[in-house]
Amino acid sequence: MIKILKYSFYDLIRSRWTYVYFAFYLLLGIVLLFLNNDLSKAVITLMNVIIILVPLISTVFGVMYYYNSREFTELLLAQPVKRSSIFIGQYLGVALSLSISLVVGLGLPFIFYGIFKSVAIWDFVLLLVTGTFLSLIFTALSFNIALANENRIKGFGYAILLWLFMAVIYDGLFLISLLIFEEYPLDTFSIAATLFNPIDLSRVLILLKLDISALLGYTGALFQKFFGTYFGMLISSAVLVLWVIVPSFFIYRRSRRKDF
Amino acid sequence: MTLHIAIGIALVFSINSNAKTIVVCETCEFPSIREAVEFSAPYDTLEIRKGTYKEFNIRIDKPLTLLGIDYPIIDGAFKGEIVQVVSDHVTIDGLFIINVGTSYTEDFAAVRVSNSEHFLVQNLVLEKLFFGIYIEKSNNGRVYNNKIVGDAEEEYNSGNGIQLWYSNHVEVDKNIVTHVRDGIYLEFSNFCKITNNRSNDNIRYGLHFMFSNDDLYQFNTFENNGAGVAVMFSKQIEMLDNTFKNNWGPASYGILLKEINDSNIRRNRFQNNTTGINIEGSNRVNYEHNDFVGNGWAVKFRGACYTNIFRENNFLFNSFDLAYNSKVNDNLFTQNYWSNYTGYDLNEDGLGDIPYRPVKLFTYVVNRTPEAIILLRSLFVDIIDFSEKVSPVFTPDNLLDEQPKMKRIDHGSD
Repeated sequence: MIKILKYSFYDLIRSRWTYVYFAFYLLLGIVLLFLNNDLSKAVITLMNVIIILVPLISTVFGVMYYYNSREFTELLLAQPVKRSSIFIGQYLGVALSLSISLVVGLGLPFIFYGIFKSVAIWDFVLLLVTGTFLSLIFTALSFNIALANENRIKGFGYAILLWLFMAVIYDGLFLISLLIFEEYPLDTFSIAATLFNPIDLSRVLILLKLDISALLGYTGALFQKFFGTYFGMLISSAVLVLWVIVPSFFIYRRSRRKDF
Repeated sequence: MTLHIAIGIALVFSINSNAKTIVVCETCEFPSIREAVEFSAPYDTLEIRKGTYKEFNIRIDKPLTLLGIDYPIIDGAFKGEIVQVVSDHVTIDGLFIINVGTSYTEDFAAVRVSNSEHFLVQNLVLEKLFFGIYIEKSNNGRVYNNKIVGDAEEEYNSGNGIQLWYSNHVEVDKNIVTHVRDGIYLEFSNFCKITNNRSNDNIRYGLHFMFSNDDLYQFNTFENNGAGVAVMFSKQIEMLDNTFKNNWGPASYGILLKEINDSNIRRNRFQNNTTGINIEGSNRVNYEHNDFVGNGWAVKFRGACYTNIFRENNFLFNSFDLAYNSKVNDNLFTQNYWSNYTGYDLNEDGLGDIPYRPVKLFTYVVNRTPEAIILLRSLFVDIIDFSEKVSPVFTPDNLLDEQPKMKRIDHGSD
């Protein structure tokens, strides 16, 4: 598995798209710092980018990589290698190269800017950690979609739909249900609904670090009590880890059964 | 009014020429302040030397000056009130007063001034107190450079730092008040000047006034108070150059305005508060040259507010610039700088060509369903905000700044 991971990883590291992705983050970091001159503000803008773009790129990239390397995968399948290690290896290769592009691409400009001396360092670290988690989660989800669909167009369609659902539609449904049931106590429901969507969860975790005074309004205090404490942080991290493990397990299961 | 005091002081000095100085110390003729007060004649000066005096209910019923040398300690041993002033022309200066009694039926104060004119309370340090400086029905006085450090934990068993009740023309200047219930409290007190004070970490309000008209509040700092600053049922108030910051909490405001009419709020700074200004039933108030920085809600309207004018304020990086709960708008927003403004300025007159709408649809949703705040900054919310911006349905369509400034306003130039 490590060998396949290594192969996928090096293959991707040499690929043009990884460089484009890396360059994009590098440029984004530099532009943000250059235009804003204010670390905390730059971190807020970055949050918007991370919770929207990282899932999108991970999903598309994951699906694309799977379909593109299909012939090589078939070749590998003919060898005496365990199936699960082929797919999990490929998955980790993609997810890790995406995460590294993100962390290094954003990290470099901020390190040069002097993040280590700034108070925003922990916000920034949290940002990178959630970004990494989102890469892992959405790559795993996209591999699942690709494994389930032989048809590329269909696969891409589902992948985009998945992203659209998580990033936009879910929040819409969430908001509508809040408005419909506004006469009932909704705080437990809101916390649960947030935990079920990794994008929302990441957003709330970062927001509690940034827009703290708005969230401390009456209901905000409730959320702060949950997400702001160690217990809440632990639960949130556990949920994020689960979001990585469960789709990976599905990749493992499906890859064992799949007919090629 | 300053002239008034000047004349008062001049009067004191002219009569003072044949007054004597009585020294109070542990080994002197008068080891007790109370005895010295009884012995003294009007317009004498009591020089209280360094030491600890375990006394309470010191009643000053003639014009005297109590002057502490090197901060003598007056320890009330929690038995009751410590200094009571019931005469005109009394000066209390340089004392360290501790251990004021706590009572649920009487408001024991470290220094109480009742029915007196031309008093001066200055350079005091008060600790372990119930009420600090309590001015009742006393006019034309000055409370200057005192430091009041309480240890209040609950609202019901704590008192206020500086309290003015039915007292007009009082100056409260350069005081520091912390850890009491209300830092500075005014009730039925008109024509007062509250300047250069610092009121922080109080349980309830940093500044609280009710039914007090024609007062001036300038250069004060109110920080990290339980509920910020509350001003109610008053008119002709001038609030200038104050700083309100870090008032965080479910019911915490930079300022809570309730029934405030015909007032001016200028050049103040509201920073990192849950709500910068909460406005309820306030009319004809001018808000000019204020900075709202990093608040949850910069300004929150709660209804029945008419003809308020917001001109040339900076709204910088607030999560919500404005919350408004009615469909009718009679307030004017003009020439403010909004950091969230995305318009352009083709004719280069420094004013944006398209109006700015400070109320977003999401603000409206959060007002209705507070739990929706958890969706703040979600992509979906940005999309619905954008569509509301294009064609307003839920927010009053005349609630906009027709001439938003393109650049942050520099208040120094006015």
